[in-house]
Amino acid sequence: MNFNTQLTPELREIALSIGKKAREVGLDYFDTIFELIDYKQLNEIAAYGGFPTRYPHWRFGMDYERLSKSYTYGLSVIYEMVINNDPCYAYLLRANSMVSQKTVIAHVYGHCDFFKNNYWFSKTNRKMLDQMANHGSTIRRFIEDVGHDEVEDFLDVCLSLENLIDIYAPFNQPTKNSQGIKEEEEEVYRPDPVNKLQSKKYMDSYINPKDFIESQTKKQEDQQKKKKNFPEEPQRDVLKFLMENAPLNSWQRRVLGIIRDESYYFAPQGQTKILNEGWATYWHSQMMTELHPLNDSEIVDYCDQHSGVVASAPGQLNPYKLGLELLRHTKRRWDKGQFGLDYVNCEDPKKRAAWDTQAGLGNQKLFEIRRIHNDITFLDAYLDEDFCHEHKLFIYDYDRRNNRYVISDRDFGKVKAQMLNQLTNFGQPIIVVKDGNFKNRNELLLEHKHEGTDLKHEFTVECLRNLFKVWRRPVHIDTTIEEGKRRVSFDGSTHSVEKL
Amino acid sequence: MDSDLNRFRKIVRGKIKKELRRFISSGDLVGRQGNKRVTIPLPRIDIPHFSFGNGEKGGVGQGAGEVGDEVGQGQPKPGEGEAGDQAGEHTLEVDVSLEELAAILSEELELPNIEPKGKENIEDKKYKYSGIQRQGPESLRHFKRTYKEALRRSISSGDYDPENPIIIPVKEDRRFRSYRITHEKTANAVILYMMDVSGSMGDEQKEIVRLTAFWLDTWLSTQYKGLERRYIIHDATAREVDSDTFYKTKESGGTLISSAYKLALKMIEDHFNPSEWNIYLFHFSDGDNWSGNDTADCMKIIETNLLPISNLFAYGQVESRYGSGQFLRDLHKHFGEGNEQITTCQIKDRESIMDALKVFLGKGK
Repeated sequence: MNFNTQLTPELREIALSIGKKAREVGLDYFDTIFELIDYKQLNEIAAYGGFPTRYPHWRFGMDYERLSKSYTYGLSVIYEMVINNDPCYAYLLRANSMVSQKTVIAHVYGHCDFFKNNYWFSKTNRKMLDQMANHGSTIRRFIEDVGHDEVEDFLDVCLSLENLIDIYAPFNQPTKNSQGIKEEEEEVYRPDPVNKLQSKKYMDSYINPKDFIESQTKKQEDQQKKKKNFPEEPQRDVLKFLMENAPLNSWQRRVLGIIRDESYYFAPQGQTKILNEGWATYWHSQMMTELHPLNDSEIVDYCDQHSGVVASAPGQLNPYKLGLELLRHTKRRWDKGQFGLDYVNCEDPKKRAAWDTQAGLGNQKLFEIRRIHNDITFLDAYLDEDFCHEHKLFIYDYDRRNNRYVISDRDFGKVKAQMLNQLTNFGQPIIVVKDGNFKNRNELLLEHKHEGTDLKHEFTVECLRNLFKVWRRPVHIDTTIEEGKRRVSFDGSTHSVEKL
Repeated sequence: MDSDLNRFRKIVRGKIKKELRRFISSGDLVGRQGNKRVTIPLPRIDIPHFSFGNGEKGGVGQGAGEVGDEVGQGQPKPGEGEAGDQAGEHTLEVDVSLEELAAILSEELELPNIEPKGKENIEDKKYKYSGIQRQGPESLRHFKRTYKEALRRSISSGDYDPENPIIIPVKEDRRFRSYRITHEKTANAVILYMMDVSGSMGDEQKEIVRLTAFWLDTWLSTQYKGLERRYIIHDATAREVDSDTFYKTKESGGTLISSAYKLALKMIEDHFNPSEWNIYLFHFSDGDNWSGNDTADCMKIIETNLLPISNLFAYGQVESRYGSGQFLRDLHKHFGEGNEQITTCQIKDRESIMDALKVFLGKGK
């Protein structure tokens, strides 16, 4: 293994000059530190999600093994890895050819610019490298204090629930801080003392009979409980709810918090996969072909490499390609002025095709897109019928009878609806806490907002088991299974599915 | 990373161990043998999430085709988490070497290591390419050395022209790799599998034999470097077959167990000198023998011929609907149930294969 991860002088030169070009075309990135590493190190870092200093867990070992295996069999190569941090860290594979390195460096600057300027990344921690290292050492300390197996078991539980966050939470103005909620909850459980009639102490048991007072207190308690739902509104940040309300001890609460933090950090990357990759690909292609002079022998290699990036297997959708093409398509439209009421209302296809007002707003539009959009809003706003036809998009369905997937429709509206649907909550089911005191027995009820796709049942069952380990009272989730409303429960020993 | 990787491997190992009985009886692994490695499908080692099932779900694709045309399998779903981090929907396939598998097996069954006999007597030849010689076959020609010789010759003879450096090797320039034979002491072993294929042995019985044999092989190959296998099937007569035939043949007719023992004895005498070979004899049958006379013959052959020359004589009786199971009782009667020399075991069904392995290999012979 080579421990010197510095760029070679030649590469440093190249990185500097590409970086300069990137600034010239308008990219505005954090300082970027490149490291040159071999495939083993790269696989290692990739397994850790980009952070070599992360907490220890076997899952990373598993990912590493998977990556190494697919590298060994030539199934996949990771060319680079970029970390959203200030400064950005970018890892390059030492074995890349010079042309690859150039392409990858240009690509990296695209990502760095995106991290810095895209709204959805604006709430992420830009010192995450440090933060991750802190998380790592905190968990290592817990391991020393309470034991390896115990911490690992609890990490398994937390990781199983890690996707139960509210990706929009960082952007909502907090209406109530968490402290406020807590105080109110306490009030619910501490009912006002029932008004007693004034009396001498020795007369008290006659004037205020004990069972009357008790029944009044109970009545009040019941009323209070009815009045308030807990939580008041269904809560999407299930992890936060658990941190605040589950009977955890302090190290467990901290571990859950760490997993939640990291989930929030990674969430925007899932939300902007198409746009982020499209953006970086757009700029590497731009810089490599127009701005950064490749010599004659390199241009063919570059084309080969680039076509590999945007290649899609027959019938499949490649996010790099989709993002790139949709950005190019949009740029063309805004360059030619193909937008606005006049254009939208124009129904003559010939006229539409020839529409060109020399608006020249394409570049400006691209930068606007990269600032405010994520995948859903990007596709919602710019995926139009022309693009859909030009790129032969279709929706497919599973044909049960013949046990295969078939093209089911090419209608633009349906394609777009399906695509947006798939991207909602970046492909994760939407699950909320519905009742934290279900049946008034301190049981936990979650609800899955069903949008046409069932949950994978075995996993649901396993997750409930894990949820129980946190909540320590019976847990339930309302969902839909094969078009029927169902409540899946786990009471600590057995599972049940109940019709609703 | 090493510690996380080791931890993961440990978990995998634990999982395999836990599921070992199922693996042994299901036969999943037998068909998944690669080059000394076995691919084990482990269900759900990954962390479960509340997530969508991947099956039977529609999506968006791209490309030509009419409505109703088939699209490729395994559509990628855009926007699903970070790349490489959330692949956990399919079962995990772990590669385990046969040695490792055998180690897990032996841990689980607490198998003792085998004490080979006769190690001193047996030598194995090893070829090592270590030197250069002037004669040899073209396939062993050492290009670099040959070129150097030719270069040296042409320089010394003054033919060499730096402007036009053409070197043509002649016969004397050629150099070839040469090998040395080293002798290494090894212990060799042969397993003789004998199976009753008479009409009463059904497919299920043979499958049980096949699975048992696979695991016996797995363990014994880790104990001996050169492990040979020979297969004998018998009904009223016995013959040697290859492994494929061994498991697949369906004969019918009567059973004369002694025929198999006689053939085994002959094969040992012809090919496997007992002073040089560790000999393992496994016989599987449903326990039906044609006549008491033949059974008596069998006992005699076992006692006087087979036992003295073999490391292990094992008899596994597979339960079948038609078999009487008499042979096992006869063996017990003749040798006594607690006899140390022969190992017998009843294999009721797939589930008991593991117990059978324990019995067969537990003595460390």
